[in-house]
Amino acid sequence: MSSPSVPIDLQCERLCKAFGSHQAVCDVTFEIPRGSFFSILGPSGCGKTTLLRMLAGFLEPDAGDIRIKSRSMLGVPPNKRPLNMVFQHLALFPMMSVGDNIGYGLRRRGVGADEIRRRVADVLERVGLPGAGAKRIEQLSGGQKQRIALARCLVLEPAVLLLDEPLGALDLKLREQMKIELKQLQQTFGTTFVYITHDQSEAMVMSDRVAVMNHGRFEQVGTPQALYDAPLTPFVAGFVGDSNCIDGHLAGGSQGQCIVTAQGLDLAVVLAGASPVRAGDAVEVFVRPESIEVARGVHDMASDNQLIATVETVLFDGANSRIEVCGRTNRLDLLVRLPQTHEFADLRRGDIVSLGWMSGQTQCFAARRREDGGNP
Amino acid sequence: MRADGPRLATWLLLGPALLWLVLLIVLPHVDMLLVSLRLRAGFGQYQTSAVHYLAFFTEPLYWRTFMRTAVMSILATFLTLVIAFPVAWYIAKMVRGRVRSLLFLACLVPFWVSELVRTYGWMILLRETGVVSGFLQWSGLASGPVEMLYNDVAVMVGLVYASMLFMVVPLVTTLDSLDDSLIEAAYDLGGNAWSVLREIVIPFAMPGIVSGCIVVFMLSLGNYLTPVLLGGKDSMWFTEQIFTQFIVRFNWEQGAAFGVLLLVLSSLIVWLGLKLTRQSFTEVMR
Repeated sequence: MSSPSVPIDLQCERLCKAFGSHQAVCDVTFEIPRGSFFSILGPSGCGKTTLLRMLAGFLEPDAGDIRIKSRSMLGVPPNKRPLNMVFQHLALFPMMSVGDNIGYGLRRRGVGADEIRRRVADVLERVGLPGAGAKRIEQLSGGQKQRIALARCLVLEPAVLLLDEPLGALDLKLREQMKIELKQLQQTFGTTFVYITHDQSEAMVMSDRVAVMNHGRFEQVGTPQALYDAPLTPFVAGFVGDSNCIDGHLAGGSQGQCIVTAQGLDLAVVLAGASPVRAGDAVEVFVRPESIEVARGVHDMASDNQLIATVETVLFDGANSRIEVCGRTNRLDLLVRLPQTHEFADLRRGDIVSLGWMSGQTQCFAARRREDGGNP
Repeated sequence: MRADGPRLATWLLLGPALLWLVLLIVLPHVDMLLVSLRLRAGFGQYQTSAVHYLAFFTEPLYWRTFMRTAVMSILATFLTLVIAFPVAWYIAKMVRGRVRSLLFLACLVPFWVSELVRTYGWMILLRETGVVSGFLQWSGLASGPVEMLYNDVAVMVGLVYASMLFMVVPLVTTLDSLDDSLIEAAYDLGGNAWSVLREIVIPFAMPGIVSGCIVVFMLSLGNYLTPVLLGGKDSMWFTEQIFTQFIVRFNWEQGAAFGVLLLVLSSLIVWLGLKLTRQSFTEVMR
């Protein structure tokens, strides 16, 4: 997958872990080239924490292999692995000063006191907190703690740095700021980052590549753009970014371009995904709110999918404002991104809008088996 | 009125505790101090004198008894800590839910029985005709009856046993608040079991360790029943000296002086202990 010139820092092969009858991680295989930012994105309970704990060495896999710089890590305890971890709640040692926290790993390696002092000062400089060594942990702000937790690992120059949702506890503004900071730190240190999160925005903004995980398996691994524009499974299409999911049946068509009937409406779609679909099969069609063009009143839209709809709700959220609409002649509910132009400034509930979207901006998958059975 | 309201409520709530402190702790001690400083000159005639305090320092029996009591109590405290720490670790970190409550209860159950009866239990086990002696003879390990009572080991066993709960409870409380991820982080950064214990767990548990040690030390030092019953007449416990002065010799002045000295010297030892471990009293009692 990667160019042969870049060495692989972390490699997992058919990794499995079960707790009783629950298969937490199932047949996970991936490799991460040196110096890249790799994210594992998934809903809570998808097995990403189990995967991370196996990488860190706190859990032994049932099957499969973990290799760091081509060396197998099976049976290697956490304190002997060339890999460090930033914990969810950072786990800074409250009884030590900032400097002692950062120096802890170096002390364990038997580095001399002068050398430790020099390297701690150096890493504090690099994370933008020069001279903070004498401070106590509780004197730091949330963002500063974040940086100290990173510095404590990075000072050891690990081959791989694991991060377990470290931004989860921060408030929104700080989180946005830390996303950019983390990415910059990763680039300046050049360390391979493995970042675990359930927040797709964190994964998208920071990562070179993202793995989407569900039910213990990797659904898709790719660049953020690839996941967003060309999802391979209905789960990825629904989980990464906002999307309208329309249930229907395949009416006809050949490779690529197809026609789907949904709620009495014929939709032109593009078949995606690996599983084959035949005419008459149940399918799921995904359309992103931002892929849909909107115009006020009844117009002929220059798209191969068109719909006249009534505005149900206006969800104002600044640049990310959306409207919920419902088809006038059918019961198709859609979420549409509202263009921030003067034309739509006074859009109200009950107004008529024309919608249009290109078949190339849809993804159609064979319907997943549903446990809830909510759809007729 | 509105400003006085909460203040009045505070005083009313504090009232019983203050009353208890003043009537049962402060008042007797003030009286004891006064009694200890007087010398009976004649029938019903007293004069102020420090002669009873001087007696403590000039009569080797007294201060040697005190030193012995203090050293034994420190040893008992240390042993209790060493035994209670793994127990507390197990309760706080290794078990959950029902098992945890059961283990806690197991620590508590002995305290439902009076101290006298518990000490008597040890006597049944350890005396010449007791259970342990009988077992040793039955199994052929000993040819005749073995007396295990009335020595320092028996006193130590009794003291550690009596103090166990007071060490386990504060330790469990502090270890409970130790986030597991701190231990994992320490391992992840290269620590091993010993260094994690020394650099992370013990410093974190220090307030619990110190408060447990203070309580156990004070309880051991002031214990009367255990040393007297398990140690016999040679146990030489300082509280025994106080008892003798008050009850046997009817020398209240000397007994009071010993009481005051016990308070002052034990406080001094605790203060020294806090200084040595660089802990502050307010931190520990938080």
